[in-house]
Amino acid sequence: MARRARLVAQGVALGLIVLLFGLLLWKLVYDECGDFIAAAARGERPQAPDFTLERLDEDGEFRLSSLRGQAVVVNAWASWCIPCREEAPFLEQVWRENRDRGLVVVGLDAKDFRVDARRFMREYDLTFPIVYDGDGSTLCRFGVTGFPETVVLDREGKAIDGFVGGINSDEDRARLRRAVERALAT
Amino acid sequence: MRHVYVTVALVVGLMAASTAAWAAGPPSAADLEAELVCPVCETTLDQSNAPVAERMKLFIRQRIAAGDTEREIKDVLVAEFGPGVLATPPKSGFGLLAWLLPIGAVVAGAIAVGLLVRSWSRRRTPPGPERPLDPELERRVDEELARFDG
Repeated sequence: MARRARLVAQGVALGLIVLLFGLLLWKLVYDECGDFIAAAARGERPQAPDFTLERLDEDGEFRLSSLRGQAVVVNAWASWCIPCREEAPFLEQVWRENRDRGLVVVGLDAKDFRVDARRFMREYDLTFPIVYDGDGSTLCRFGVTGFPETVVLDREGKAIDGFVGGINSDEDRARLRRAVERALAT
Repeated sequence: MRHVYVTVALVVGLMAASTAAWAAGPPSAADLEAELVCPVCETTLDQSNAPVAERMKLFIRQRIAAGDTEREIKDVLVAEFGPGVLATPPKSGFGLLAWLLPIGAVVAGAIAVGLLVRSWSRRRTPPGPERPLDPELERRVDEELARFDG
């Protein structure tokens, strides 16, 4: 009887250790953030992670892969981010200039109140699609570490160039325009 | 004995009533700021001055002034920023594991200690019958005691 009880106790202890180890592994595997935008900024050409998120500019959801065949600029922003305010009019301008050529700018608003994001969109008269990633889980998959960050994708969804920080200098704006031209040429 | 039970029941009832009354009162901004996490810097709101944390603090004060309960304020913030905004995991779904595992570990530890103690107590052999002293040894002990007394 004592031997059986000892075996049960050992089994319970072992089970708990296995459970805790499994939880640790699960956390490590599923909480791992990518470095997609940083890789794009280094000149690599990784495939963009897909996402389906709630739209803020209209009702319904938006799926990134639905834009396959078009050049895409994905811009991660939040209404409380000062450099985001500075670059928003420029991104709207790029969208308006190139949308008829097959470019789509997608705003990825994250870690923000929806009401603040919508106020921001009205304030800057943003007309491109904007999706909402409140908890930042999609940001993590894109490897976004701060706001704003931007990536230009070709028509197959592969990165052309990445921008960590605001696109507010003449140099960065010229670089983004070059990346858009390359994306449209694919 | 019955008086003791009645007194204990009364005290527990009063404590439960006062806790319920306290819980139903308006939430405090300071308490909520200590229980919610800034989604950018991942410290509690009261430890953060990040722009989004300041915005959340403003939201909390506005909702308290509007008469929202603690639960309602937290629910809105979870709907906006996800469950990671709560400093403690929710007591439902996967978050429940974080609450149950330590309790399970303590219970399992107590069971293991109980089983070990029972096992040890059974293993201990009862003391055997007293063996008679060797006559020679008994004589020497008597001599030594007599010399000691003398």
